[in-house]
Amino acid sequence: MTGATLTQSGGHHALRFFLLRTLQFIAVLATTLLGLVAVTFFIGRIVPIDPVIAIVGDRAPPHVYARVRQELGLDLPMIQQFWIYLKKAISGDFGNSVLTTNPVMTDIINVFPATLELATLGTIIGCLVGIPLGVLAAVKRGSLVDQFVRVLGLVGYSVPIFWLGLMALLLFYAKLGWVEGPGRLDVTYSYMYTPVTGIVLIDTLMQGQMDAFWNAVSHIILPTCLLGYFSLAYISRMTRSFMLNELAQEYVIAARVKGLSEIKVIWRHALRNAAVPLVTVIALSYAHLLEGSVLTETIFAWPGLGQYITNSLQNADMNAVLGGTLVIGTAFVILNLLSDLLYRLLDPRTR
Amino acid sequence: MSSAASLPQPAGLRAWLLSPEPTSRWQARLGRAYLGWRTFTKNPLAVFGLGIVLLLLLVALFANFLAPYSPVTGGDLRTARLLPPSAAHWFGTDDQARDIYSRVIYGSRITLWVVLLVSVIATPIGLLIGTVSGYLGGWVDTVLMRLTDIFLAFPRLVLALAFVAALGPGIENAIIAIAITSWPPYARIARAETLMIRNSDFIAAVKLQGASTPRIIFGHVVPLCVSSLIVRVTLDMAGIILTAAGLGFLGLGAQPPMPEWGAMVATGRNYLIDQWWVAAMPGLAIFVVSLGFNLLGDGLRDVLDPKAAK
Repeated sequence: MTGATLTQSGGHHALRFFLLRTLQFIAVLATTLLGLVAVTFFIGRIVPIDPVIAIVGDRAPPHVYARVRQELGLDLPMIQQFWIYLKKAISGDFGNSVLTTNPVMTDIINVFPATLELATLGTIIGCLVGIPLGVLAAVKRGSLVDQFVRVLGLVGYSVPIFWLGLMALLLFYAKLGWVEGPGRLDVTYSYMYTPVTGIVLIDTLMQGQMDAFWNAVSHIILPTCLLGYFSLAYISRMTRSFMLNELAQEYVIAARVKGLSEIKVIWRHALRNAAVPLVTVIALSYAHLLEGSVLTETIFAWPGLGQYITNSLQNADMNAVLGGTLVIGTAFVILNLLSDLLYRLLDPRTR
Repeated sequence: MSSAASLPQPAGLRAWLLSPEPTSRWQARLGRAYLGWRTFTKNPLAVFGLGIVLLLLLVALFANFLAPYSPVTGGDLRTARLLPPSAAHWFGTDDQARDIYSRVIYGSRITLWVVLLVSVIATPIGLLIGTVSGYLGGWVDTVLMRLTDIFLAFPRLVLALAFVAALGPGIENAIIAIAITSWPPYARIARAETLMIRNSDFIAAVKLQGASTPRIIFGHVVPLCVSSLIVRVTLDMAGIILTAAGLGFLGLGAQPPMPEWGAMVATGRNYLIDQWWVAAMPGLAIFVVSLGFNLLGDGLRDVLDPKAAK
């Protein structure tokens, strides 16, 4: 009887807590996003190029200059300018790209799937290889596997990604010929399918274009393995430390005393508890791959968001640069907060 | 342990350093430093890292003597372009017939300059924001920490890219951009330390003596936050080097003909297939130096911040 009321009130409490958390989550999200918009607005203002002169040229008569200045809203007070910028940013309007003449948002929607494809596959590789490696390193502390994970991590934290990418291209593409080079598909295959999702691997597979599919696999394997390496270097190191923490707990001793096999103790009991903080780590690593894609895409001529930003940079296309920065920043914030929320959902102790 | 008394006591400097009853403040401090050094040298990887960093310092200092050729003017463009590594050119030559070895040697100065300036700019900002936020608390804390979170929310390289895009490419702007993106973690650490220090008895005592808030923050809180910040900054130096090299690679850092390692890799990209050494050598230098800073940082953390090592 008392038990029933307890659980009921407990459930009620948990629900209220969850609602409160969600509200807090939304508040944090809103202020952080507002801050992101403010930072990009500020960056846009410190550009030493006068946007009016960029449009009318430096020999335009004063009244033309004044008219364009007014049209751009530059004669308004700063706060009002920010308000207009904010309203536009919320509706996804970052202005037009000088380079492609399209609205920046349209461009970003076009290039984002390519980045998503790369970062997602990279994270999958990172998890599939990194988690077992980390567990083994923790279980056999000081062994060869442990040393290997340590070295993997150290190299991953120290090596410039763009250099490693170039060296991988040199070895596996130029010298050994195992994989295809830069780009997403060979030109011959690029008209054999119709883009639907924007993710070449899915599109070609769905339309049964197996030749094109395998060509795409051969193209994507090097950049994903590169991103996957950075992801696994981080994930394996964190898995190791979480597992060491769990293996020292008393419930592990209890499970062993109970006579459970070592495999069950490690993979079913300890890893399940280590998985809770791991979710955060995986989300963080995913967010970092979005960033790592900037340099990786440049090297592999991968038509994603990273390449879009760097191309725009080299052409002083500030609308595109700031739009892209804001999109990556937003993805970063949402992934961070989601991982935080998932952590609270998965770990009953945080309630 | 019980037989320690009967053992012959070590004499000389070591005994003076390890004395359990130091007679002066200096002796106590040097003794602590000596103990730290002993812990540090027990970790061979950390010593290796220190070796790399010291080597970088020496190479940067004596670049004039170590480099056999000029880093900016090349040899004969008809005969000395893109030569493979040889006895005359250890790392080969690049597309402008410049000796890559000499360029890598001089590039160490740029790398060191970037690391030094970024830490000199970013550490005080982080320290100031963190300690003020932690000590004052209340709405100041809320505002400053939200600001920190916003800067933390941006991926570092992308934010630095946007800043450099706005300020214009160049080494100074790259340094400013990296510094702007580097301070938030320092502020977080300084705040966490301050929160622990704020409620301790000695702060209460200083307060009772009538010390002003700035005096407490700068005279008593800041010095205690410095050691954990040093560890964090050292651990961050590899990241600073990699970000600077990334900016250089994208053509936004040091401008030609400066021998910046990232920009050198970017040049080598055009000759990757047939003249691999143009890209490989400067990239290797970036890798070795950031590895050195990472190993040194790990070792320093074990000495200065034993709690974090676990």
